[in-house]
Amino acid sequence: MAETDGPAISLRGLVRRYGDRVALDGVDLDLPEGQTLAVLGPNGSGKSTLLRVLATLLRPSGGEASVLGARLPGEAWQVRGRVGYLGHQPLLYRDLTGRENLVLQARLNGLDREEAAESIERDLELVGMSSRADEAVGGYSAGMRQRISICRAVLTRPPLLLLDEPDSNLDPEGRVAVRDLVGPASGRTRVLVSHEPERALAEADLFLRLGPSGKVEEVGTP
Amino acid sequence: MSVGQAFDAWKALVGRDLLTEARTMRSLPAMVLFAVTTFVIFRYGLDRTQLSGSLAGGVLWTTLLFAAVLGINRLFVSEREEGGFDAFRLTPAPANVLLAAKVTSLFVYLVVLELIVVPIFALFFLPEFSSLLPLVAVLLLANLGFSLLGTVVSSMAVNSTARDLIVPLLLLPLVVPLMIAVTGASAPLFGPEGPGYERFGEWLMVAALYDGVFLLVGYAVFEFLLED
Repeated sequence: MAETDGPAISLRGLVRRYGDRVALDGVDLDLPEGQTLAVLGPNGSGKSTLLRVLATLLRPSGGEASVLGARLPGEAWQVRGRVGYLGHQPLLYRDLTGRENLVLQARLNGLDREEAAESIERDLELVGMSSRADEAVGGYSAGMRQRISICRAVLTRPPLLLLDEPDSNLDPEGRVAVRDLVGPASGRTRVLVSHEPERALAEADLFLRLGPSGKVEEVGTP
Repeated sequence: MSVGQAFDAWKALVGRDLLTEARTMRSLPAMVLFAVTTFVIFRYGLDRTQLSGSLAGGVLWTTLLFAAVLGINRLFVSEREEGGFDAFRLTPAPANVLLAAKVTSLFVYLVVLELIVVPIFALFFLPEFSSLLPLVAVLLLANLGFSLLGTVVSSMAVNSTARDLIVPLLLLPLVVPLMIAVTGASAPLFGPEGPGYERFGEWLMVAALYDGVFLLVGYAVFEFLLED
């Protein structure tokens, strides 16, 4: 069933500033449901900022933004819990185990405990972390943290995934293991930030290339 | 999110804080050690084996306040350093669930601190212990005030590199009315002839009023403090 009547993401003249510095400068975009957008650009071009705005972690400084039919920032509360966000930071507590982190996140999202426990077990199995899930996250390698972080991002089975370098720190086995959850086969609308254009474009229906000053240089189909 | 789900989210956050503290012991041992050391310094600095009235109240509350500051400084550190703020803001849980959870966690820390250090204070300075029972009411109201104010101040300071400086700078002036009230309430309890109750109820009311004001302030501003 469609989540919204219009596109999953609609941006008109989106601006985000940090003090005097403009990170995103007038971004226009429509991303239909079920499609994958690859966001490309050099370091500092605003790719991660764009993802954080879409995830409601940053407020737009100007322009209009609509995510899953909710206008930002006023209706941000309608988006929360419906977006899977994977950023540079794993967003995991180091002193809790991988499983405890996921259970905490499930309870903060108001998920049914039994259903969440089953779904957590399934996801841990998929990403190959079942046997290590009861160890403290502080003892994990970066790749293990990334796997648990991916489980966190898909915990609510969100219709929209915002993925910032989802393959980072993953070995080839790990990249294969997470594909069912966050790859094209997941069937979700996806925004994919990557420094590897070939890989991102191979999975994308649309691409957005940002320039060094946060302006859109190119939008199109690969 | 329903009320039941919000309540479960609150329980989950409090459980995380207490579990983490039980595993790492990052806050409570420092608070206890600070308080006990301060009592020793007061005992030898004042060269007195017994205190009474407002002097006893002053020693107790000054020590508890500064011990509380140690816990308040660390209250949001893991949220800041490990991305807990972002992880929370990605969920539909209302901001005030986090406020309530942090107030509860800090309140529990303070209760544990007092269970250890108030008997030590009594052993060091009080001739008899009958004042401790009515003191519980003062301690609970003070803890609530410290927890509410401390949570709001800590959430304001946590994003600053000067966090350790900002917390006392903001907290100490704001906590003065509460300190006056709880010292006023506890001074007659530490009377040389045993506990008295002169204006005890009035000072408790002032402390409760203070708690009520900061409950409303916290409720009103916390969502704003949490957002970008």
